[in-house]
Amino acid sequence: MKTYTYTEKKDTRSGFGAGLAELGRTNPNVVALCADLVGSLKMNQFIDENPERFFQIGIAEANMMGIAAGLTVGGKIPFTGTFANFSTGRVYDQIRQSIAYSGKNVKICASHAGLTLGEDGATHQILEDIGLMKMLPGMVVINPCDYNQTKAATLAIAEHNGPVYLRFGRPSVPIFTPEGQKFEIGKVIKMTEGSDVTIVATGHLVWEALEASKALFEEGISAEVINIHTIKPLDEEAILASIAKTGCIVTAEEHNYLGGLGESVSRVLALNSPVPQEFVATNDTFGESGTPAQLMDKYGLNSDAIIKKAKAVIARK
Amino acid sequence: MPNTQHLEDLTVQVRRDILRMVHKVNSGHPGGSLGCAEFFVALYNEIMDRNEGFDMDGIGEDLFFLSNGHISPVYYSTLARAGYFPVDELNTFRLINSRLQGHPTTHEGLPGIRIASGSLGQGMSVAIGAAQAKKLNNDNHLVYSLHGDGELQEGQNWEAIMYASAKKIDNLISTVDLNGKQIDGATDDVLAMGDLKAKFEAFDWTVVEIKDGNNIAAILKGMAEAKSKTGQGKPVCVLLETMMGNGVDFMMHTHAWHGKAPNDEQLASALNQNPETLGDY
Repeated sequence: MKTYTYTEKKDTRSGFGAGLAELGRTNPNVVALCADLVGSLKMNQFIDENPERFFQIGIAEANMMGIAAGLTVGGKIPFTGTFANFSTGRVYDQIRQSIAYSGKNVKICASHAGLTLGEDGATHQILEDIGLMKMLPGMVVINPCDYNQTKAATLAIAEHNGPVYLRFGRPSVPIFTPEGQKFEIGKVIKMTEGSDVTIVATGHLVWEALEASKALFEEGISAEVINIHTIKPLDEEAILASIAKTGCIVTAEEHNYLGGLGESVSRVLALNSPVPQEFVATNDTFGESGTPAQLMDKYGLNSDAIIKKAKAVIARK
Repeated sequence: MPNTQHLEDLTVQVRRDILRMVHKVNSGHPGGSLGCAEFFVALYNEIMDRNEGFDMDGIGEDLFFLSNGHISPVYYSTLARAGYFPVDELNTFRLINSRLQGHPTTHEGLPGIRIASGSLGQGMSVAIGAAQAKKLNNDNHLVYSLHGDGELQEGQNWEAIMYASAKKIDNLISTVDLNGKQIDGATDDVLAMGDLKAKFEAFDWTVVEIKDGNNIAAILKGMAEAKSKTGQGKPVCVLLETMMGNGVDFMMHTHAWHGKAPNDEQLASALNQNPETLGDY
């Protein structure tokens, strides 16, 4: 079985910051906006190098989304930055009308998504954002897994013409995908080959899925781990090809099971090839304060939870 | 005094278009549309510097954003009669498979429209973004926007109003249609907004008042003044006092025609008051 190791941990938001800085040097149309969270979003390098292309909006996310939409009229490619909660739920109608329905080329870049925001608690830990964004016609939804992939995704979305939601996080997590990787929107990356169970994971859960696959391998269970960074458009072919081998699937995400990756996968299964599915996701609940590791454990979003669900889904075959 | 006869004629024709459009589908918003007919006609035919044809980016021309999208009839009629799309297409207003949706949108690719509007309070932010893009592009042209007065009850406007002065967006002229009415009645009864001139000035905007917003000469004079105050480090607000339903006697002095279409008899009476000038679509 292919195994993954890491030598360094970094936050995915820093991958965004690095990607944005690179875009600042390579794409003169890229502009950045922030609602008073420059440090948290790691936008400083872009701002230092391109002060005229940065717009500090203040604590006014609705205005930020509208200004971003307006900047596209004139050929700019705006990247907005704030926490995931304030990037989606707070400004849903602004995104819906001024960006999505208007077909504007805005990149909504959202940090501190999910439970791993940690101690700030449920007011800031959005677990509904993937659902909100994937329901908008034309919106691309991306949730990369580590620093390198987040940087690659940031570069890739500048080349895509249309609205994108890019979701990343706060904690330091292992870097296990290659530096300088090519990022293809809507194409999964198969991490391990397996025959007993498919594990489709997104964001921080990809590393947990790889850890789970190692433990499962030691117990004689062969898991195929798929890194699905793009939730919309969904790589249906890859999912179907994998379950044709394994006959069951676990989906894993740092999000509510309602509206998340898992439900998108369920639809593909229902329409094409119904097989047993288990969900690693939060169970229609808000989060709470705690360390990221404590929260991921309490809400069942780590490798232990994936191992349990993998065994459960295999038993249902 | 400039000769404004051609603009007066066009205004009457735009009124006829508005009335016929909403009558045909028995829906739409004639009151605010009629109140702003003179403003739209003057803006598109005299005030704005526009390029031939339509390009979304609008480089090298003035831009307009309509925030209170429900007055789409006056917008569509003005755009069609300014040559953005065939006047005949006004026949499709609010019908299935039309580019002329109930509220304006870019979604069907209607030339002249640069943003969807309808859900209120979003247009000023968009106009500010477009104005900042113009500055980045070293494009000296202006961005115009129009907002309902009731619409200013939406909080996003005040985020935008605060931002525009703080960031010295001085290539923006935002006009507020002060007709004093909204769906549920007089703005003063629904949610009084007090002295809007004082409010905008307190937010450090330059304010120009047009007391007779249904008089073309007054509009031209006021907008010229507004234009002369751009480029001085402050955004410019025009408070345009209009009469909802202007030009149709039974639609004036009431909010009843905010979102209601005339019946056959009412249409005949309204059209009689506005004889055809440039030819109906």
